[in-house]
Amino acid sequence: MTHDLIKIFIASAIINNFVFSRYLGLCIFFGVTKRMETAVGMSATFTAVMVISAALSWLVYNLVMLPLHLTFLKIIVFIGIVAGFVQGADTVLKKINPALYHKLGIYLVLITTNCIILAVPVINADEKYNFMQSITMGLGSGAGFSLALVIMASIREKIELAAVPKAFQGMPIAFIVTGLIALAFLGFSGLITV
Amino acid sequence: MSDEKKPDLIKLLTNGMFSENPVFKLALSLCPAVAVTTSVKNGLLMGVAVLCVMTMVNITVSLFRGLINPKVRIPAYILIIATYVSITDMVMAAYARTAYKEMGLYIQLIVVFAIIISRAELFASKNKVVPSAFDGIGMGLGFLGALVLVGGVRELAGKGSLMGFNILGGRPLLIMILPAGGFFVIGLLMGLFNWIEDRYFGGVKSGGGGHH
Repeated sequence: MTHDLIKIFIASAIINNFVFSRYLGLCIFFGVTKRMETAVGMSATFTAVMVISAALSWLVYNLVMLPLHLTFLKIIVFIGIVAGFVQGADTVLKKINPALYHKLGIYLVLITTNCIILAVPVINADEKYNFMQSITMGLGSGAGFSLALVIMASIREKIELAAVPKAFQGMPIAFIVTGLIALAFLGFSGLITV
Repeated sequence: MSDEKKPDLIKLLTNGMFSENPVFKLALSLCPAVAVTTSVKNGLLMGVAVLCVMTMVNITVSLFRGLINPKVRIPAYILIIATYVSITDMVMAAYARTAYKEMGLYIQLIVVFAIIISRAELFASKNKVVPSAFDGIGMGLGFLGALVLVGGVRELAGKGSLMGFNILGGRPLLIMILPAGGFFVIGLLMGLFNWIEDRYFGGVKSGGGGHH
């Protein structure tokens, strides 16, 4: 049982890393990695939202939607859950850490319309994970995403100082760098089989 | 909203396709641009799905623009988008089974594509139905074009084929159909377009930088 959960954690954090092998959350990934501080704040927020939305969606999906044969509504229901919850997280952060809230500004609102946050419940439902597995999957994905953000933020701080050709400044070079990291992450594939 | 100058419909179409191309210029909705473009066919299917959803969302938002209270507009838009995405998802699952297996997750995630909600917010909520429909079609075509272009480069380089037809008779650069390849191709194409624009159209502000 525990063994199984550890497998799911590692698989979702490293092997199926959201950014580097599932290609999700790229807008946020490129948006907040210009500075390390925001990247760290964002990863913490994301991980928390992911775990809790995974848990909430699992409960609604398995206790309400499956028995009532409403699974065709899952997209609408999941995004509703996520949106409601993010609104809450937004309010809480505004109260407990106004400085960070000010910095993350627009991205916090955009968390709702972010593919990773929605992908976690959808993947959980497709894989038919049980409750603990779903939470582990959310936690692993959050850890993986945080890892990606921190790596990228560190590299981009260096790129600032490098002489990048004019046409490649900004997004293009960020893409190439991401490609290189993805190549490195490819080395993890086949590490464990789930 | 009432007596705006009549927008040039053709210009709306080309705007989305070239000068404000969602992928290469606005750098929005990048996830699917990397994820499903391992072949031309997948890119095309994804593009068509987005084109349909986007046009319908723009039309619907524009029709209801007087009725939706500005305070709840984002949830309202998301609901509208989610409805059309669910329809697309079911149609795809029924009629394009093999492709759906590969990219089903990304079809469901159309609902959170920044490009769709940003067009609903920036354009459709302020314009009449016909211009909104054209804006949706233009942006959708721009997106489709970008996906097909990226898919074409990756399929040709990675599998040596186009649309499943073998052209090069080998697999010159297998890396191109791997995750990393998608990032490389988009990065290089973006750089190329920036360079062309800088070189031949006199350095207009180059694309990218996320959605600010």
